[in-house]
Amino acid sequence: MRVVIVGGGPAGLYLALLLKKATPHHEITVLERNPPDATYGWGVVFSDRTLAEFREADEPTYREITERFVLWDAIDVYVHGERVRCGGHVFAGIARTALLQILQRRCAELGVVLRFRTEVRQPEDLPPYDLLVGADGVGSVVRSWYAEVFRPRITSGRTRYIWLGTPRPFGAFTFVFQQTEWGLFQAHAYPYEGCMSTFIVECGEDTWKRAGLEGANEVQTLRRCAEVFEEVLRGAPLLSNNSRWIRFPTLRTATWHHGRVVLLGDAAHTAHFSIGSGTKLAMEDAIALARALLDHEDVEMALAAYELERRPVVEAFQRAAAQSQRTFETTPRALRLDPYRLTLYLLTRSGRVSYDDLRVRDARFVQRVEARLASEWDDVRLARPPIHLPFVLRGLRLENRIVLRPAGACGALEGLPDEAQHRILGGFAARGAGLVLTEILAVSPEGRITPEDAGLYRGEHAEAWRRVVATVHAEGSRIGAVLGHAGRRGATRPRRFGLDLPLAEPWELLAPSAIPYHPDGPVPRAMDPSDMERVRDAFVRAARLAAQAGFDLLHLHFASGYLLASFLSPLTNRREDAYGGSFENRLRFPLEVFRAVREAWAGPLGVALPITDRARGGITEEEGLAIARAFREAGCDLVEVTAGQTVPADNPVYGRGYLVPYAEVVRLEVEVPVLAGGGIALSEANALVGSGRVDLCVLDLDEGLVDKSPQPFVS
Amino acid sequence: MRIGIGLPSGVPGVRGGAVVRWAQRAEAAPFSSLAVIDRVAYDSYDPLLALTAAAAVTQRVKLVTAVLVSPLRNTVLLAKELASLDQLSGGRLVVGFAVGAREEDYLVAGIDHRGRGSRLTEQLRALRRIWEEGTVGPPPAQPGGPPFLVGGFADEAFARAARYAQGYFHGGGPPRAFARAAEVARMAWVEAGRPGRPELWGQGYFVLGEEARERGIRYMRDYYAFTGPMVERIVGQLLTTPQAVVQFVEGYAAAGCDELVLMPAVADLDQVDRLAEALACVW
Repeated sequence: MRVVIVGGGPAGLYLALLLKKATPHHEITVLERNPPDATYGWGVVFSDRTLAEFREADEPTYREITERFVLWDAIDVYVHGERVRCGGHVFAGIARTALLQILQRRCAELGVVLRFRTEVRQPEDLPPYDLLVGADGVGSVVRSWYAEVFRPRITSGRTRYIWLGTPRPFGAFTFVFQQTEWGLFQAHAYPYEGCMSTFIVECGEDTWKRAGLEGANEVQTLRRCAEVFEEVLRGAPLLSNNSRWIRFPTLRTATWHHGRVVLLGDAAHTAHFSIGSGTKLAMEDAIALARALLDHEDVEMALAAYELERRPVVEAFQRAAAQSQRTFETTPRALRLDPYRLTLYLLTRSGRVSYDDLRVRDARFVQRVEARLASEWDDVRLARPPIHLPFVLRGLRLENRIVLRPAGACGALEGLPDEAQHRILGGFAARGAGLVLTEILAVSPEGRITPEDAGLYRGEHAEAWRRVVATVHAEGSRIGAVLGHAGRRGATRPRRFGLDLPLAEPWELLAPSAIPYHPDGPVPRAMDPSDMERVRDAFVRAARLAAQAGFDLLHLHFASGYLLASFLSPLTNRREDAYGGSFENRLRFPLEVFRAVREAWAGPLGVALPITDRARGGITEEEGLAIARAFREAGCDLVEVTAGQTVPADNPVYGRGYLVPYAEVVRLEVEVPVLAGGGIALSEANALVGSGRVDLCVLDLDEGLVDKSPQPFVS
Repeated sequence: MRIGIGLPSGVPGVRGGAVVRWAQRAEAAPFSSLAVIDRVAYDSYDPLLALTAAAAVTQRVKLVTAVLVSPLRNTVLLAKELASLDQLSGGRLVVGFAVGAREEDYLVAGIDHRGRGSRLTEQLRALRRIWEEGTVGPPPAQPGGPPFLVGGFADEAFARAARYAQGYFHGGGPPRAFARAAEVARMAWVEAGRPGRPELWGQGYFVLGEEARERGIRYMRDYYAFTGPMVERIVGQLLTTPQAVVQFVEGYAAAGCDELVLMPAVADLDQVDRLAEALACVW
């Protein structure tokens, strides 16, 4: 078999030597446009020193590579004049030139044909082949010949970055956040050989322009960057190697193979540099492809098997990389965090390192974080895990950060909660939740979602809730009433049957516009001014009843496509009066209701808001933020982030903590306390609270078996 | 965890009588349910007719579609068929739905493959409505109709299961894969504000006995040929020893599965007894 590999980077060379080693009679040719000693980039980093797969694949190169490794185990964060260090991680670095030389030598030794200074522009430039491998990087020429099959999609990062080097040996993976007169600059630095380190400089587009870097030549660029990072460089110069300011291109392709053509490494996929090793990923691709070619007689079958094996791994990596990239592209807002919180925030950014992992890796670091967080509270003497820290909302003190609430409505009758409801909420308090929330309580009979919903619209409701409140208080917990109006999602059968199944004889529904929630459901009446007044008054009445019942907190449910949410979204609000159309108009009625409640209720007041509709033409994340901001300005003490259900055909995205990214943005950008649920497990809550992503966690995965007496220790 | 067994109605060349006898044999063993697969462009029995035949010779076991590719079918006629089967079986029907993984079945049936997801959503709602309105008889034997399960791996499938069904039907794989899917099914359930928790069903394929193993493997290769290189992985998961069956069952039980359906890879009648025997220590 004749194999032609375009691109003599780590992936192409590694594949060549693995194939030649296994099948010496095959003709393996590598075409590289650069001379053998040219290299771009400085050091490559492997976030794992074992490289077990490499040892198995080719022992000699494994030995040479690992002998050249520079190893380190700490991460340093320089911010606000402090340095925070967390140890116990594993990193290994090597100069890219050294890695290439090792692989080139081994290829030559095995009889791979290496042709340098060979530029390939069109298929005619290639020698005859039975298998063509595109290992020519993110700008792959091979991929471009079959673009309609590979369908590459490149998304550009939002920040600018440049890949530099410096003769200053850093002793750890170093992140530097440097405020300047032009804005925030950040550096990612790590050692790789002798006293050399890679030094990546990153900043936002505006900062980049303000700092005069847009049209700067190489000398000016290096001078400006060295000046910014003077403190951490300690006089060491910055070096360039044909370096350019670019936005990180994340590449995804529909398929990695086509006939007898296959893509490898960066030619098929890229993942943000902040997550470590694209090189490792590319070399693992090479191992998998070589193995697949040995296992399958049929080349196309082999290519399919290679992609089948690698794609899930790469996609998981890309998901983590996207989270990591998002973190670094939005650090200006995270700089509000205390240096220890910020470090925890960075360490847990991609979800691959948990709080418990950190405790194992560097117990002292975790102790320091906990001591720092405890010091924010006058009455917390001992350091403790973040979820056991108290929280204060408008004078209401919660003993911890765990929130529990019932799933689904129970069997209320005429809005009266039944004993089961009482038992469940009491049980949540007994289990140690700092805050217990009710199900959505309807503010009027027609505001109920199902006939079995509990409500807060009659005196006897308040009486019934008073008993529940007393039970919760007796357990040392706090309780919040969640108020809502179903709008066009009302008059459905109890949810044990399913969601949004209309009653045979529905009551009249209200909505901003006369559009049913489901095509087969009842058409709501578009509200007129008197309807709006009645709804507003119903919310105020419910707030007064909540005060009578002794609730500690009030939480308005303005999300999930219920009445007030459907005013917010352009998908559901088609009004042409002052309450529809523009963003301000759509916000008008929900804000009127909120303000009226704010006036009637002196205690802490929260609101559940849609941060995105997850549907085309609906509320976008940007609008969601603006909505949250408007409510904060109107006196909201707590925002619960939700997504979707505005329309039934939304695009759900599930996964552990799937609402956390939204929560984080609201908390840091809008600067309002945030409550989030969405598949948060108790094991993740400490990292989320400790790193400043959320303030209060609704545990709905394992229903929060909270230990009421944490074992504090003296730090 | 309950354990069900598949009918051999999806094994090419199986005789009708053998399918019926298999149902009787499973009823006598402690299996909780009988399950059928659904393909159009394949030598397999119609799933609802196979279950009807099984209904006639059994009293106890639940009858399960694992899974029915309902977007291929006319919704009103399907409502009539499912209600009829529920009546004929005395209220023992459980319907697993999915959009199916094979475009070919849609092509052969002349049904548009696009929009199959939203069509399934509509069907799940419409079936309940049709039974409620009673325009098309008979009414199902079970009040409100048979329980629904939804299968599939996309986030939309989990949402459908949470919003319009009683639970989620996993498509097969090692216990770890089931556990991950179960977690997502629970997230979607909570998001939909459903009380309690979703029913979680799983499935696997088995073939027991030296002389049957090769035939079982051949069948799996043939049935899943459309998945290309994936097929070897699927074949690799075939349970071929009592030990493998027990480990699989225990893994699923630990992962929170409510009912595990074991599908046969060959149609020999003694497979029912062999499976029951392998499970003797876990029952």
